[in-house]
Amino acid sequence: MSFATGLRCRECGREYPIEPIYVCEFCFGSLEVSYDYAGIKRALSREKIASGPRSIWRYKELLPVGDDVVDINAGLTPLIKADNLGRALGLSQLYIKNDCVNPSYSFKDRVVAVAATKAREFNFKAVACASTGNLACSVAAHGARAGMKAYVFIPADLEMGKVLGAAIYGPTLVAVEGNYDEVNRLCSELAEKYPWAFVNINIRPFYAEGSKTLAYEVAEQLGWRAPDNAVVPVASGSLFNKIWKGLNEFHHLGLIGPVKTKMFVSQAAGCSPVTTAYQSGTTQIRPVKPRTIAKSLAIGNPADGYYALKTIRESGGSATMASDPEIVEGMKLLAETEGIFAETAGGVTIAGLKHLVQAGAIKRDELTVAYITGNGLKTLEAVQDSVVKPVLIKPNVNSFEEAMGLKVAATGDTRRNPGVKD
Amino acid sequence: MAKRRVMFTFPPELITEPVIYNLGLQFKVVTNIRRADVTEDRGWVVLEVEGREDDIERAIAWVTSKGVRVDPIGKDIIEG
Repeated sequence: MSFATGLRCRECGREYPIEPIYVCEFCFGSLEVSYDYAGIKRALSREKIASGPRSIWRYKELLPVGDDVVDINAGLTPLIKADNLGRALGLSQLYIKNDCVNPSYSFKDRVVAVAATKAREFNFKAVACASTGNLACSVAAHGARAGMKAYVFIPADLEMGKVLGAAIYGPTLVAVEGNYDEVNRLCSELAEKYPWAFVNINIRPFYAEGSKTLAYEVAEQLGWRAPDNAVVPVASGSLFNKIWKGLNEFHHLGLIGPVKTKMFVSQAAGCSPVTTAYQSGTTQIRPVKPRTIAKSLAIGNPADGYYALKTIRESGGSATMASDPEIVEGMKLLAETEGIFAETAGGVTIAGLKHLVQAGAIKRDELTVAYITGNGLKTLEAVQDSVVKPVLIKPNVNSFEEAMGLKVAATGDTRRNPGVKD
Repeated sequence: MAKRRVMFTFPPELITEPVIYNLGLQFKVVTNIRRADVTEDRGWVVLEVEGREDDIERAIAWVTSKGVRVDPIGKDIIEG
């Protein structure tokens, strides 16, 4: 059973039944899911969660879905104590939430799992999205698992390599000729016209709730407590706000103590409407044309930007940004210190974290969680010129030792245990 | 009659111009503002534009040519 009771306008507070709608008919404000928290409190405990499925569905009571879920096993990804990276940055309690390892290799599986489940509950026959990468993969994968048609709209000039990860699941791929704004507008119109579940349009209130699981998991994995700081890469701002909402829900339900987490936004300098608004001291988001290698964060007019500014204020956090070279350095630093290959958004997180530590916004002994949301194999081009190149040698030991600058032993035998077969 | 829900974001130089009034005057569309935040140097308005489909298209093209950014009310929905 679901504990979701309805939808509520985030602006005027008007209430609506659970339906595939996303804006208030009166003020056109966005809608958010309401819950029967008293009922959830009776049904949920730390023990119940801990004995649940090893996926986001262990928190099902806090998601707006019934019992028959579309499951590709999203979530319950590792939270790693990052001592090496912490040393490099001057932090003693740094953790990495590694969402690179979701089934379609990004955090989008959390939101799409909820959206696809809801789409099936609403009797939609197709799921759809407009995407340049991660979302496309996740929608196509969930569509396949749910036995639903999947429509994925992409800009026509997008490199095919970017959509291969989605194409493998057999969706209907539609390449739209036109600039970003035209593709965006077309998809909004199609969502009004066709009876499809556009995951981040008409299903958006439900879709967005999936991101709360990134807060629940971290709190559970930290031994039922909230971190002091959360550093989050921001595009639309939805993930950022839902992590804050998730932590506060856990406290409200008595699962963790008071939430004193400071929420930090990290954006790419080439697409930083939220950080720019924060640094200008305004609540108005000025739309920008994205110019950054962090394509997964390239949302110039973020739907939840205003609310992200509100979350920063409420939590006592702040916002930062990282240039493209800093993003690449961030990706390399994370890989070289912790063995995690993140996509460009992960570079934005790490580079932003570095800035925040240097600025004194994050202190050495504070428990800090950095969110890594997508896998590096998706953005190979961003680092291809910045990583070590192979050393070319001839197929003999001398050539190897020469190239490595190794001193050749007198016997010429450099094996650890001569005479013993390795 | 068709309806389109849109968000206009105004650049500073257009704040003093009655753009939405002129939109209704020059094109056969009815504008219905639902929410707005306008200051002396910037602003946005969320509104519904009602009329014949081709009149709405022409009206949106005109307002865009004036320098107003026009977005769907869901804003950017192409995600990475």
